[in-house]
Amino acid sequence: MEGILFKILGAFLTAILAFVVGMFYGGLRRKVTARVQNRVGPPVHQNFLDLMKLQSKRTNIAHGFMGHLAPVWIIIAAITVLMFIPILHGDLWFNNLTMKGDLIFLLYMMVFGSLGMALGAGQTGNPNSAMGVSRGLAQLAGFEIPFMLSLIALMLQFKTTSISELMQVQESGSWIIVQNPFAFIAALLASLGMFRYSPFDIVGAPAELASGPRSEFGGKYLGTMMTGGAVFAFIKLVMYVDLFLGGAGNNNLEGIAGTALGLVELLVKTFLLYMIPVFIGLVSPRFRTEQAIQFFWKWPTFFGLLAIGWALYKNGTF
Amino acid sequence: MSEIKTLGIPTPEEIKQAQIDFAPRCTSAGRVNDKETQGTVEYILNFARKHSLFVMAYGTGCGAIEIPATMTSRYDAERFGIRGAATPRQADVLLITGYLATKTLKRVIRVYEQMQDPKYVIAFGSCAINGGMYFDSYNTIKALDRYIPVDVYIAGCMPRPESVINGFVKLQELIKNGNAGNGEAYREDLDWYRKNQQKVIKNWDFPDKYNW
Repeated sequence: MEGILFKILGAFLTAILAFVVGMFYGGLRRKVTARVQNRVGPPVHQNFLDLMKLQSKRTNIAHGFMGHLAPVWIIIAAITVLMFIPILHGDLWFNNLTMKGDLIFLLYMMVFGSLGMALGAGQTGNPNSAMGVSRGLAQLAGFEIPFMLSLIALMLQFKTTSISELMQVQESGSWIIVQNPFAFIAALLASLGMFRYSPFDIVGAPAELASGPRSEFGGKYLGTMMTGGAVFAFIKLVMYVDLFLGGAGNNNLEGIAGTALGLVELLVKTFLLYMIPVFIGLVSPRFRTEQAIQFFWKWPTFFGLLAIGWALYKNGTF
Repeated sequence: MSEIKTLGIPTPEEIKQAQIDFAPRCTSAGRVNDKETQGTVEYILNFARKHSLFVMAYGTGCGAIEIPATMTSRYDAERFGIRGAATPRQADVLLITGYLATKTLKRVIRVYEQMQDPKYVIAFGSCAINGGMYFDSYNTIKALDRYIPVDVYIAGCMPRPESVINGFVKLQELIKNGNAGNGEAYREDLDWYRKNQQKVIKNWDFPDKYNW
């Protein structure tokens, strides 16, 4: 009984943590961007103000049922994926609903939000939305291949499909970034497409497509989408930390102190990881759609195949 | 052969009628959240609204050239929470940057009506106030507030980025006191605005109802 209680409480805590951290990371990104461009920049909590403002809009226009549902769909997908990712390894609060085979489950669930977005954007009837959706799906076909190859390499090398077991492996041995560096490189390059910052911001290209799929969504709808996006950013970062950087919370401290130390470790690791796509985005112009897909199908895919070869060599197949 | 209509000296009756027709509307009446009546929740929401202004990136006239300077490194409007929005649905502030041709006015009205409440309008330069150097032009409008309600005017031809930021700070003050945002007043007074709009827009093909 107590176990279930902790799970439910932990689920709420995880959702709040993901929201707050994701929103602050968005604010930090804007601040870092401003500093790189020699500006003062908005305050770090700017995204919270934006969200409050969007939620306090007095009128909202919906373009039909799916247009109304799409932001909700994104939030649902984000929370569902979040619930299957162990935030801190073996922690009482933040272990969540980890299970066998959750890596495969996550691969499917992570595109669920994009699907809802595509359906909602389709109903608005805006040509920019339709173009954004088609570009988004094309880009998805691009970066999913190296991402998939890198995850398959991990599954082959450690003969498991559970994130928790992969974290277990890293607790006893060295991090997977050392054990299979090629998988990390492939996944990292794929993450550039996942975050959709420059040079891969072809979906929401502001000056070109008028923010793409979300061009007809304003007010509360946009606010809900922003929330979903923030949670998704946190999910991706935590997943990468869990899979490659040893996860967080592998300390010997008991109780609250252990959780707090684990969270600090998590924040440091996710922040450093987050700065990679941000800095690449700051110095890059935008790719065209076919350039983006070509990029993903060249070097990242090569590293993905290399990772599979490495995994097979390591686990003794040849 | 059609006769060319010349602008003669108006009769006193015509002047009287024009004064009634073109009297600027008092759009600050009937606000739900002005300074005296706003509660704690509205105060907090106004705080968020004032620090998060998404600007519709739609340059109507020559003043649009001042916007990049205002947004980028030198003047950095983002420190006030001012940020570009790509579409009217996401925007809070509509900038009328300079003169408005009647052809552009049609688009501006559509953009304004697509924005979601509370929405604000900032008019740039003397052209939007009284026509400026286009005071005798046949195809620009002279006073913007006869066609859409305006919150803040920025004088100058063109206003420098400092004065643009000053205008935004003035708008923030108005938002804080609950005196900005005329979307509701515009809907209430729609007949008057529509009459003025239809006077200058000849190929009128808007939907009858205010429904988009």
